[in-house]
Amino acid sequence: MQTKRMTFSSKWLPYALLAPQVIITVIFFIWPASQALYQSVLRQDIFGLRTEFVGLDNFVRLLNDPLYLNSLNVTFWFSVGTTFLSMSVALLFAVMVNRMIRSRDTYTTFLVWPYAVAPAIAGVLWWFIFNPSIGIMPYMLKGFGYDWNHRSSSTDAMILVIIAAAWKQISYNFLFFLAGLQSIPQSLIEAAAIDGASRMKRFWTIVFPLLSPITFFLMVVNVVYAMFDTFGVIHATTEGGPAQATNILVYKVYRDGFVNLNLGSSAAQSVILMGIVIILTVIQFRYIERRVNY
Amino acid sequence: MVENNRWGNLLAHIILIFGVAIVIFPVYVAIIASTHPSGTFLRGVMPLLPGPNALENYKTVILEGRSRAGTPPISGMLWNSFVMAMAITIGKLSISLLSAFAIVYFRFPFRIFFFWVIFLTLMLPIEVRILPTFQVVADLGMLNSFAGLSIPLIASATATFLFRQFFMTVPEELMEAARVDGAGPMKFFKDILMPLSITNIAALFVIMFIYGWNQYLWPLLITTDPEYYTIVMGIQRMVTGGDSEPLWHLVMATVVLAALPPILVILFMQRLFVKGLTETEK
Repeated sequence: MQTKRMTFSSKWLPYALLAPQVIITVIFFIWPASQALYQSVLRQDIFGLRTEFVGLDNFVRLLNDPLYLNSLNVTFWFSVGTTFLSMSVALLFAVMVNRMIRSRDTYTTFLVWPYAVAPAIAGVLWWFIFNPSIGIMPYMLKGFGYDWNHRSSSTDAMILVIIAAAWKQISYNFLFFLAGLQSIPQSLIEAAAIDGASRMKRFWTIVFPLLSPITFFLMVVNVVYAMFDTFGVIHATTEGGPAQATNILVYKVYRDGFVNLNLGSSAAQSVILMGIVIILTVIQFRYIERRVNY
Repeated sequence: MVENNRWGNLLAHIILIFGVAIVIFPVYVAIIASTHPSGTFLRGVMPLLPGPNALENYKTVILEGRSRAGTPPISGMLWNSFVMAMAITIGKLSISLLSAFAIVYFRFPFRIFFFWVIFLTLMLPIEVRILPTFQVVADLGMLNSFAGLSIPLIASATATFLFRQFFMTVPEELMEAARVDGAGPMKFFKDILMPLSITNIAALFVIMFIYGWNQYLWPLLITTDPEYYTIVMGIQRMVTGGDSEPLWHLVMATVVLAALPPILVILFMQRLFVKGLTETEK
């Protein structure tokens, strides 16, 4: 890794400059992470008096636990749903806004601010709209003969948290898609138009393939968001229910560790989550390296 | 434009206006709900037009809170959120600027090693190490304090990378000139590098402030004393903390107040926000 050609010389100054960042990283990131690794191979008895080494037994138990497998499944569908919904809506908006000339900035302003809304607040807002007794959506759905109730229906609860999580993420995806669309050379599109390609055809054969690096990047970012940043959405609304239907991994770690005080299992779950983050981060960075040569 | 299709443009406008309406709808409903008396929510469907109780509701949540549900007046929570967000933002920016400076402008043993240590923070978000981090903070006696709310969150790999990237583009000559004139490293940092970085600092400030304000899990874990509740986590207590149905008019007034500061930051600093967002990810 590079430095400047010419550098300052000091024996201690660079260490002093790095110290605050490194000390915080070690105390609050690396040490707890290693503790999680350590605790994941231990088990405490119910009174918390004795701990014994159990090897990989916590992991084996976890992977045989139907509740954990259910949580994996729920997380998968939740991530896929959130990513797909927010990205497709954002792409539609970006393509439409990109056609506009004078009104582009106005629409952008109206579409970016949900980024500022905390996931927990997004959850509460949609929770209110979908409230079975007074919400406007169940009222309208009743008109179509659908009886909405996220307190008893697993599907309804899942749809609710996906909408809440995706809504907040639309702004982010929109900005990146719009930037991507603006960087596509106009000449390509004009050439296709001269050859008689319709607008739809031009979009699917030229624009969309050229957007694929951004689409891929956003997919990774959105999956990370759905898996790790949506704790608030779940905690403030469904609390994992009904019947575990929205119990995503991050929420389960919290429940098992803080509410049920099952240290070994919670630590093992943390270690699995770390593995997932590491894989996703590596994918993201390899992609960025590739794009530099693009 | 390749072709100018009047009907196509009209259709695009219609889709966009419809889309914007859907995006705005949840917040519109919240604002409307916060202007109604509690009786409105006992029967039928939620209101879609403003009611007469706005002033009263906001006065109630800001000054009195709901003692029954264990939530203090939210003026205190707003203040806590502000202090936490500012502490996280300023903390992240300062330690990242310093580390990026060290990594770019010095050659020293273990430089690459330290770089990777900082990089690791990207791979360990708080959500994956909830319990052990809580234990560390508890052992250090930082529960229920502003230090506990902010310090564990101020390590930042993204900010460090961004500043490193930017420092690499600063012309070599500036530093050579500074050295010829006899300026030491810290003087160079303060008088030349910092002023040059000001746009980047501002752009990151916007992103970090929103990040800090919207923290949820962390304050939830380490604050048990209502004195230190932040507004975003406090809302959850209002929704589930009371008995039976939440008092929607008060909850929604709180939601509006909790969401307003970061939204205003984005609306007034849109250019910086977009710059910060797109650059931290690249």
